[in-house]
Amino acid sequence: MATATVTMKELQSPVEPTWCPGCGDYGILNAVKRAMVQLGLRPHEVFFVSGIGCGSKLPDYIRANGFNSLHGRPVPIAQGFRLAHHDMVVIVVDGDGDNYGIGGNHWLHIMRRNINITHIVQNNMVYGLTKGQYAPTSMKGYVSTTSPEGTIEWPVNPIAIALAAGATFIARGFSGDPKHLADLIVKGIQHKGYALIDVFQPCVIFNRINTYDWFRERIYKLEEDPNYDPHDKAMAWEKAHEWGDRIPIGIFYINEELPTLEEQIPALAEKPLYQQEIPPRVEDLEALKMAFV
Amino acid sequence: MVKNDVNFKLGGEAGQGVESSGMGFARAIARAGLHIFGVQDYMSRIRGGHNWYQVRVSERTLYAHEPKIQLLIAFDERTIEDHLHEIVEGGAIIYDESFKGVDEEAIKMRGVIPMPMPLIKIAEEVGGNKLMMNTAAVAAACGILEFDLSYPESVIRDNFGRRKGSEIAERNIRVAEAAFEEARRRYAHLFDWKLEPIPNAPKRMVINGNQALGFGALAAGCKFVASYPMTPASSLFEFMCAQSKRFGIITRQSEDEMSGILQCIGAAHAGVRAFACTSGGGFSLMAESLSLAGSTETPVVVVLAQRPGPATGLPTRTGQEDMLFALHAGHGEFPRAALAPGTIEQCFYEMARAFNIAEKYQMPVIVFTDNFLANSIRSIDLDAFDFRKVASEIDRGKLILPHENEKIEQALLDGYRRYEFVEDGISLRIPPGHPKAVYSVAGEEHLPEGFIDWEETIENRNRMVQKRMRKLEIAAQNDMRLPESYGHEDAEVTLVCWGSAYGPVREAVDTLNHNGLRANMLHFVDLHPLNWDQVADVLNNCRSWVTVESNFTGQLARWIRMNTGLKAHATIGKYDGRPLNPTYIVEHLQEVLAKV
Ligand SMILES: Cc1ncc(C[n+]2csc(CCOP(=O)(O)OP(=O)(O)O)c2C)c(N)n1
Ligand code: SF4
Ligand SMILES: [Mg+2]
Repeated sequence: MATATVTMKELQSPVEPTWCPGCGDYGILNAVKRAMVQLGLRPHEVFFVSGIGCGSKLPDYIRANGFNSLHGRPVPIAQGFRLAHHDMVVIVVDGDGDNYGIGGNHWLHIMRRNINITHIVQNNMVYGLTKGQYAPTSMKGYVSTTSPEGTIEWPVNPIAIALAAGATFIARGFSGDPKHLADLIVKGIQHKGYALIDVFQPCVIFNRINTYDWFRERIYKLEEDPNYDPHDKAMAWEKAHEWGDRIPIGIFYINEELPTLEEQIPALAEKPLYQQEIPPRVEDLEALKMAFV
Repeated sequence: MVKNDVNFKLGGEAGQGVESSGMGFARAIARAGLHIFGVQDYMSRIRGGHNWYQVRVSERTLYAHEPKIQLLIAFDERTIEDHLHEIVEGGAIIYDESFKGVDEEAIKMRGVIPMPMPLIKIAEEVGGNKLMMNTAAVAAACGILEFDLSYPESVIRDNFGRRKGSEIAERNIRVAEAAFEEARRRYAHLFDWKLEPIPNAPKRMVINGNQALGFGALAAGCKFVASYPMTPASSLFEFMCAQSKRFGIITRQSEDEMSGILQCIGAAHAGVRAFACTSGGGFSLMAESLSLAGSTETPVVVVLAQRPGPATGLPTRTGQEDMLFALHAGHGEFPRAALAPGTIEQCFYEMARAFNIAEKYQMPVIVFTDNFLANSIRSIDLDAFDFRKVASEIDRGKLILPHENEKIEQALLDGYRRYEFVEDGISLRIPPGHPKAVYSVAGEEHLPEGFIDWEETIENRNRMVQKRMRKLEIAAQNDMRLPESYGHEDAEVTLVCWGSAYGPVREAVDTLNHNGLRANMLHFVDLHPLNWDQVADVLNNCRSWVTVESNFTGQLARWIRMNTGLKAHATIGKYDGRPLNPTYIVEHLQEVLAKV
């Protein structure tokens, strides 16, 4: 990873965000930029892949490489890209609908592969772009246009699922605290392997329950508890289920022991796939032919 | 005596080694310098049921199998019940003498010679393992064909020698020798068909369509494959996985087919040649992503190995039912190309060409095959796959890789716009990674810079649609090929077909001409885009034309009509899941011509 001097200004996109004033996505954008500055990552060294939703517009609002894809599908695109170009910092940004709903299966599987990708999920507990239907993370009883009597489903628990699925870095941030979030993103990028950063991101238009105040009243930082050890899976499991009056944010779990997917692929030992010569040597192909005689 | 012209079938339960025995036998015959064509038929189960493998042998190149056989090698009794009617008069059945239910009288009534053999006994006594019965059966067949046993022996040594230790190979060979001698002594004088090696014949590969596609992908410099297993595409995926270490390619089994194509889109976006393979069900799941590749102008190749639908259909059988679906799959309008190789050689060259078309026009390319083409084996000359030719034809279009600094310095006179409006619609493609080419792309309608078009202006939308669709015109002009004809120049009837129908139709045309009806074939490899005016000219010059395809609705006929307004004089369809064969085509042509 390069450590050039990068300024916030360099990361300024010519495109103006279209998010509603006060939207939590601004805080995430701010935190992502701060993280790039802190790490000295220049625009061409980072590739953002997003889904479809309010927050997924983010790649257009930062000067870096980006791919605004399909609803729920950024994860496999990021995986294919990363394997083809593994000296690029690859960051997925998508919504709770993208990742915990329609694209859930991709998420489940990328976690057990430990590919070196940082994954920021904009968890506003609602479907923003499609105007306010309930999301997989909406709390039980949440009233929306598609749950007029309140939802009768229990919400997804992203932290617990990530733990069970084998993610090696699991964190939760709050877009109302971009400094803290930036720190989590920095650590996620530095982490060798897959890093999930679920972000509480208030949707000021559609989610009238889980507001900035609602979060501020409840959240506390795990790192402020001297007894908390994010290397301890059992502790992480317990904290993953803490919900109600007190809700933890910060790094829940980290495991630096496992090799990444890239490290286990011999073809990537020397240089990135895209730089490798094609086609293969004719002698090798001719030798393969002989296996069919 | 009939020399070097025989058609035989092995049959038995799943798990009895029908396929491996058939393949091994075919390979042995090819090593003797003869041409073979092999086709398999199996049920979607791992044990039991009924599977067969059919091999046709000749001194000339073969393109199809034929329903009538001269020799049946039965690993179980059901094989005799099911296939007795396919055996010609004077033909024979080799089976184990312990089969109690075989009605020898009924066999003889049909003019077929029953040839019971102590196959299991030899396997047990000489080889020490009942399972070697299949070796004994193949060797017995060699005995009555008077085919030099050293060829099968060399195949046995290659198959077992390295993998399981030569002890097993030698035991199999002793079994083979015993069965061979016994069968020759008892029955060779009764059987008319013989196989004789061709001296000094060139070495040939025995290879199926999926393997040929794999060779094509390797030769074209494909470096990334992500797929989810689905018959009949799996063996292509497995071929690529088996070669990944040797050729330094990445192969990933994805969690589903969406992920397969999307990973390929990601890799292709990074500047790597990538493909995914699947069958109709998986292709259905890919539809939305195909549209994304069209919108983002990402060159990705998808092999669609068809099998009969709908839904799970007949998973281990064949059909050409997905043409119109795949040509239209994905929402919205976007450019794509579609190729349908018909022979093993075409599988090799068209697969390589698919990557060139994908990269030149920055669009998805679909390569159609089906179970018949994917799994049929043929003997082909070693030089039929010309790797140097493929290498020299690699065309990556307007691609500059991000580490090609000099080229980028030269090209970027005025900043970089990924979707720059240019006359031919094909913009300069620089994958992410260079400081002077930082950009974001979107499946949503975008500006030349790649950003989502926030204003959604009418002008930008129109120009972007026109830019993308323009590529089809240019491709049709410069790269796409008209259907090729084979057979009589002044034909009374033209059989029009696509993809895997090539072989059976070609042989049907030979038969028709031989019988005095002037016929030819018009075979489509390229299905889209095409210069349809030229196709129409070709068809207008045909006296009468009949489409032949493995489906119910006549999809090629519909596709031609949709694009040219021309209506086929008749259609011959086959949708029973079994491959087309020349006899079927000739018979049905008679029927439809009577009605025209
Ligand atoms: C296949 C598909 N289904 C549905 C949609 C419509 N859609 C777009 S965004 C979205 C949900 C957005 O919610 P989320 O992912 O939570 O993102 P947010 O807008 O809340 O940031 C839906 C349902 C779509 N674009 N594609
Ligand atoms: S709808 Fe909600 S999530 Fe979307 S931009 Fe507005 S505030 Fe943000
Ligand atoms: Mg949401």
